[in-house]
Amino acid sequence: MAHFKKKSANTKQDVPTSAMPDVVFMLLIFFMVTTVLREVELKVQIDYTQAENIEKIEQKRLVSYIYIGPERLGPTQVGESKVQIDDAIVDDINAIRTIMYDKLMEQPRLIVSLRVDRDSDFGLITDVTQELRHAGTLRINYSTKREI
Amino acid sequence: MALLNKKKRPDPEIPGSSLADIAFLLLIFFLVTTTINVDTGIGLTLPPIPDENIEPPPIKERNLLNILVNAQGLVLLDETPSSITEVKQKVKDFITNCEPGNPCVENLSEDPTDAIISIKTDRQTPYDIYINMLDEVIGAYNELRDEKARALYGVPFNALEETSEQYQSIAKDVYPKKISIAEPDEGNS
Repeated sequence: MAHFKKKSANTKQDVPTSAMPDVVFMLLIFFMVTTVLREVELKVQIDYTQAENIEKIEQKRLVSYIYIGPERLGPTQVGESKVQIDDAIVDDINAIRTIMYDKLMEQPRLIVSLRVDRDSDFGLITDVTQELRHAGTLRINYSTKREI
Repeated sequence: MALLNKKKRPDPEIPGSSLADIAFLLLIFFLVTTTINVDTGIGLTLPPIPDENIEPPPIKERNLLNILVNAQGLVLLDETPSSITEVKQKVKDFITNCEPGNPCVENLSEDPTDAIISIKTDRQTPYDIYINMLDEVIGAYNELRDEKARALYGVPFNALEETSEQYQSIAKDVYPKKISIAEPDEGNS
C-alpha cells in the first residue's frame, strides 16, 4: 500500500491580492465623492427639536441654511440668540432680506432650511420669516430630527 | 564592461505592495469623516406679503380654528383650554365636520376645503412647543389624507407619487393644507 498523495497540496491556496488596491480605490473614490465636508463653521449652538411628521429634502443643491440659536462665546458659555447665515452672524435682522433675495436670484427654486435651537423664542423666528416673505423666499423648512 | 553594467541596473518597477495599505488608510479617513445625513424637517410655504390695496377675502368665523399657544406652552383651541395631545383629534374633527357620514356640528368647518387652521403664539413661546403644535396639525392632515387614499385607491398616501394625479387630487381638492401662522403677540409674560 502506497501513500496516498494529498491532492490539495498541488493547488495554490493564496487568495489573489493583486486586484485589492483597485477595489479599495474604488471604495475610496465612492466615499470621496459622497462626502460633504462641513461647509460652515457654526457660530451659534443648535440643539434640534424633534417631530414626527417630517419630510426629507431630496435636492440638497436648492437648500440654503439659516442658523438661529444662542451665540457661542467660549467652550461652555453661550450668549444671546443670534442669526447666522453662511459664515457670519447677521446682527441686523433687516439685512436678511437682501441676502436672501440675492440667493433667490441665483437659485429661483430656493428652499430655506431654518435650523433653530429648541429653546429659542418664537418671536425671533417670526422676524426672520417676515424677512423671508419680503425677500420672496417662500419655501421654508423647519429642520427637525425624527422623533423616536 | 558594458555588459556588466547592464546587469547591475536595478528593477525599474515601483513597489506596489504597499499601495493597498495607503488606499486603506485614505479609505478609513473618509469613512470616519463622512456624515451621510439627510436633511429632514417640516416643510412649509410662506404666504407672500399681502398687497395693501387689496382687501383680504372674508373668512367665516366657523371655518377658522384658532390655536393659541402662550409662553408657558398652554394651548387654547377656539377659546377652550386643551392639551397638546388632544389637538390632533380636535383638528381632525374640525376638518372632517360636515363630510358625508359625519354630523354637521355648528362652529366647526363647513367643508374640508374651507377649513383653515390658524396658529398663534407669543413672542416668548419656545420654538419646540411651536414645532410640536405644527407637528400635531400636520399629523392630523397626514392621517386624514392617508385614510382617504386607502379608501379611494387602496394604498397609503405616502405610497403615491408626488406628481401623480391621485396625490394631487387628495392634496389639493380633498384635504388642502391651509395653515396660517399669525404674527405673535408681544406677550409680557
